[in-house]
Amino acid sequence: MTHVEPDRWHYLRHAAVVACFSAVVALGLVIAKGGDWLLQFIYAEAIGLSIWACTDFGRLLFKTDPESNWPTGWRMIVMQVSAVIVGYAIGTSIGDLYCGCSTFELWQRSPRTFAGYFVLCVAVTVAICFFFLTRGRDQRRLRQIATAQRDASEAQLKLLESQLEPHMLFNTLANLRVLIGIDPPRAQAMLDQLIAFLRATLSGSQQPFHALSAEFARLSDYLQLMQVRMGDRLQTQLALPRELADLPVPPLVLQPLVENAIKHGLEPHVGGGRIEISAERTGERIVLRVRDTGAGLSAGAAAAGTRFGLDQVRRRLATIYGAAATLDLRPAGGGEGGTDAIVTLPA
Amino acid sequence: MHATALIAEDEALLAAEMRAQLARIWPELEIVAQVGHGAAAVEAALRLRPQLLFLDIRMPGMTGLEAAQAIAEDWPDGVTAPLIVFATAYDQYAVEAFNHAAVDYLLKPIDARRLAQTCQRARAALAAQRDPNAAVAAPWDAALGQLRSLLATPTLSGRSGVDAPERLQVIQAGVGNAIHLIPIDDVVYFEAADKYVRVITADREHLIRIALRDLLPQLDPQRFWQIHRGTVVRADAIAVAQRDEAGKLALTLRGRPERLVVSRLYAHRFKAM
Repeated sequence: MTHVEPDRWHYLRHAAVVACFSAVVALGLVIAKGGDWLLQFIYAEAIGLSIWACTDFGRLLFKTDPESNWPTGWRMIVMQVSAVIVGYAIGTSIGDLYCGCSTFELWQRSPRTFAGYFVLCVAVTVAICFFFLTRGRDQRRLRQIATAQRDASEAQLKLLESQLEPHMLFNTLANLRVLIGIDPPRAQAMLDQLIAFLRATLSGSQQPFHALSAEFARLSDYLQLMQVRMGDRLQTQLALPRELADLPVPPLVLQPLVENAIKHGLEPHVGGGRIEISAERTGERIVLRVRDTGAGLSAGAAAAGTRFGLDQVRRRLATIYGAAATLDLRPAGGGEGGTDAIVTLPA
Repeated sequence: MHATALIAEDEALLAAEMRAQLARIWPELEIVAQVGHGAAAVEAALRLRPQLLFLDIRMPGMTGLEAAQAIAEDWPDGVTAPLIVFATAYDQYAVEAFNHAAVDYLLKPIDARRLAQTCQRARAALAAQRDPNAAVAAPWDAALGQLRSLLATPTLSGRSGVDAPERLQVIQAGVGNAIHLIPIDDVVYFEAADKYVRVITADREHLIRIALRDLLPQLDPQRFWQIHRGTVVRADAIAVAQRDEAGKLALTLRGRPERLVVSRLYAHRFKAM
């Protein structure tokens, strides 16, 4: 939670609320006991605003909770009690100054009356403080909810943006635009692949599983789109054993791995390369593998770019399979360089 | 008006389309080279010296901006600098940077009207260059400022857009099966060598496996000055900066005998106080 520094209006708003409360108290006293209404009003306002000043000044000095900007625990009690005593003394003195009498003499003459005033004053202070504290807490809660909602929609947007990478989308459209002019049948085929890819991406999060054969079909759509763009620089090889075709997998779980292989493996590699996607059963596990012969893992910028996609895959696997599923990234063997991304699922 | 141009675009279909569009809009524009990656763009541009360069930003090996930097640094003196137009499919940071640097750019898919506008501007600029009455400006002056501005945009220069990474204090270099630790203050300069960087101290050199562009953000720019796309020098190791007869700026170092050449992109750093 971020620390919200209150502006000066925050304090002035408090003063205004206190002034209103004090006016109500003054009115109450006039109705209950009669007497000079102006005098009551001045006493009430002087005492109320003095206690407000002491309280908010004390808050500025001793605030320990950066969220509410109030002190906490015993500090709060000590600060508030001192503020009431000091504020009451100051406010009463101001009132006394106005009427030319001394309320503190009342202490000798009629301790009960004096105590009555003081208790009233404490009660009103407690009521106002309670009002401010709960109101502040409600506002903070609303702020927290708003922040959480914003974070959630940002994450969702980021996920969608990573799946529908705008750079890929616009380049694909640019290619499509060219093909419409020179090779309409090929343009139509490309458009069909793009439609299938978009449909899968946009509805992918709605169904929990689809068949591994459907996963391979979507990856194939994506790779063919990329092949129009990259030409000879991209070779692909998809190997799905028939007995695994119906295996349920989370939709597009391999998509970020294939995208990474292209974006960070083959695209930056002048010679391009090959992507191999395969599935096999080894004992009690299913091993899904995305392998490229591209630039390979580097400690640099590419690593930062791949992380979001990988995190996404890991998080989805963990939600569905717990610790039973893993994702590993390692330099590919076989002397061709590149990267091996391996997902293992429980069979 | 006859003019020469180079197209650098890694996607063959898009390159062909751009060529076709240019042929319609500017029939006298001769495409002297069409290349598919950054290094080829640099090689062809320096060899053929076209007047106009269309550089895609995202290309394999070397980005369009890196290619522009290399071309600007190695372009021969006395030859009029080429006009550069960048192309990108989607990159809001790039577009912001282009606008900020007042560099012309094209968004893919390329709109024919927009391309016509770009050609119009290029024609006007080339005509101004030919005008014998025009004041002869140093060939690179305007373009260098634009390139510097673009290179200062982290996401464009190929560096990751992550928050400022921690500054390196010690360089760890593998030598055989040992790791040598080199305090950053001992480094006189760094030199790019393909995917590696040579780390040169007063008495030794080491190779570390990182691209210079990825190392740069980890160095304090106040202390380590880039003087060339492939060279970064510790500022207090520089003794003298001097222009030779050909006008090239070179640095003499404290603690190393060799002289380092400063490219025209970074020469503006060296001014008497």
